[in-house]
Amino acid sequence: MTRVVLVRLGWGLLTLWIVSVLVFAGTEILPGDVAAAILGQNATPESLAALRETLGLDVPAVQRYFSWLANFVRGDLGQSLTNRQPVADLLWPRFWNTMALAAYAAAVSLPLAVTLGILSAVWRGSVFDRAANVVALATVSLPEYFLGLLLILLLSVHTGLLPSLADTYDGMGFLAWLKATTLPMIVLTLVTVAQVMRMTRTAVLAVMDQPYIEMNYLKGLPNSRVVLRHAVPNAAAPIINVVAFNIAYLITGVVLVEAVFNYNGLGRFMVDAVSKRDLPMVQGAAMVFAAAYILLNMMADIGAIALNPRLRHPRISES
Amino acid sequence: MAGTTRKFTLTSWIGLALIAANLVIFLAGPLLAPYGLEETLGTPFAAPSAEHPLGLDQNGRDMLSRMLYGAQLSIGVSLLAVGLSFSIGVPLGVLAAIRGGVTDIAMSRTVDAIMSVPVLISALVVLQALGSSLPVLIITIGLLDSTRVFRLARILAQGINAMEYAEVARLRGEGLVWMIRKEILPNAMPPLVAEFGLRFCFTFLFVAGLSYLGLGVQPPFADWGGMVRDNQQGILYGLYAPLFPAAAIALLTIGVNLVVDWLLAGRTTVQGENR
Repeated sequence: MTRVVLVRLGWGLLTLWIVSVLVFAGTEILPGDVAAAILGQNATPESLAALRETLGLDVPAVQRYFSWLANFVRGDLGQSLTNRQPVADLLWPRFWNTMALAAYAAAVSLPLAVTLGILSAVWRGSVFDRAANVVALATVSLPEYFLGLLLILLLSVHTGLLPSLADTYDGMGFLAWLKATTLPMIVLTLVTVAQVMRMTRTAVLAVMDQPYIEMNYLKGLPNSRVVLRHAVPNAAAPIINVVAFNIAYLITGVVLVEAVFNYNGLGRFMVDAVSKRDLPMVQGAAMVFAAAYILLNMMADIGAIALNPRLRHPRISES
Repeated sequence: MAGTTRKFTLTSWIGLALIAANLVIFLAGPLLAPYGLEETLGTPFAAPSAEHPLGLDQNGRDMLSRMLYGAQLSIGVSLLAVGLSFSIGVPLGVLAAIRGGVTDIAMSRTVDAIMSVPVLISALVVLQALGSSLPVLIITIGLLDSTRVFRLARILAQGINAMEYAEVARLRGEGLVWMIRKEILPNAMPPLVAEFGLRFCFTFLFVAGLSYLGLGVQPPFADWGGMVRDNQQGILYGLYAPLFPAAAIALLTIGVNLVVDWLLAGRTTVQGENR
């Protein structure tokens, strides 16, 4: 068990390292000169050469990669090209904003989705089940900004219940923050509920077809006890997996939602950096996003192993 | 579970109708448009009227005409990107499955590494380096998406390659090209067609999303995602302007999803269901 977890951790770190190579290669080695991008149309050959030297672009790429990585590990993400401030100071507050919004959405959507999924498995084929399926299919197809704009129109412009923009600032009260971020939270909930719900339903139904569940019914156990005590724990691994996958989605899928509601998160940070072609900011944001994503997927795998009795005690012949 | 007989259901008809309507708009959009793409016809955000069924946009241009023009970009870019991702992902996936060994491991690990980063983040990194233009968009999205197609094609080909009829063909001494063209591809077709629909939905939403963020199709061209962005301010005044292009995006995605759902009905697992 410990060995399995350690191996998984090792793979996670290795993946992260490969990603750092890809991010560096993607931003540095691809054609497109950073110095030319900064100076734009007014560049003279002399000013280009001078800027390349100050940026350290005249050093070979491999050498630059390792010094970049060494600084990165120490928490120095470099300097923004556009406003000359340390990237780390600009990035982390935005990261925590995004995490806060993602956590808020996860706290609402995941319990809701798992409950709905279990209910539609229990009432398989009922009106509830079919209605839930249709709604799930619809919300998966709707782009985040369509839902967002529709909700702004309904809940903000027409009724004035909630603010249309998620304006947050330092030192704002918790309740005020909740109110400001409720609309983006609802959008994120709507787009994640469907997948978790369908996956939960499938996982529970797969277990419900097993002989031991039939045995439970033959023993005369009530439906609720069969589902909650015998079926759901055995369906936990795939559910945990899809839940973690959706938290990972929340962290990156939040990019579009942040744009709709003008929320000060890492997603808008990265989009702004890309449109200004600010290389260190893009690298920093991409690495943080990738790290969060890999970490969550890793935790999902480890969680699935920890919860599945068969994976926890692998048979000798298989291990 | 639903039966395996494939008969037309109400939802499949709705889906097919939505796809057909979009196909017409895609092929003949500019011919159907009552006004020009850049024609200023009145005050910005004018309400829908008899001459302008969807009103005017933020610059006083006819919304319906602009949407009809925009369809070519929205749908065309996605179709090209998905076409690219299938023409790379399917051959490589099948090759990895048949060859096995080092070829398989090398390709699969590369794909795993690329897939361990969210697509949006990878795409943003590339767009930062190369700037946004139509060829860059199509190639970037096509390449990134081909990793998902590769995985599905590989799994399918592995399954088929282990079947008795594939075994027989190998024993007959058929070569690699025969195996792929006569044994594997025909049998992998139905799930691949469904996957094409799902990948198209994903790519279509993705391109629209990038344009909505201002990083996709660049002005003076406009696709539906970019039109949502341009008209977004209107929503604060209670106007429906940005909702029309957004609804067009949603309707096409729903249509394709309904048809894919109908194609896959009766199968217990939806293969390749991922974002």
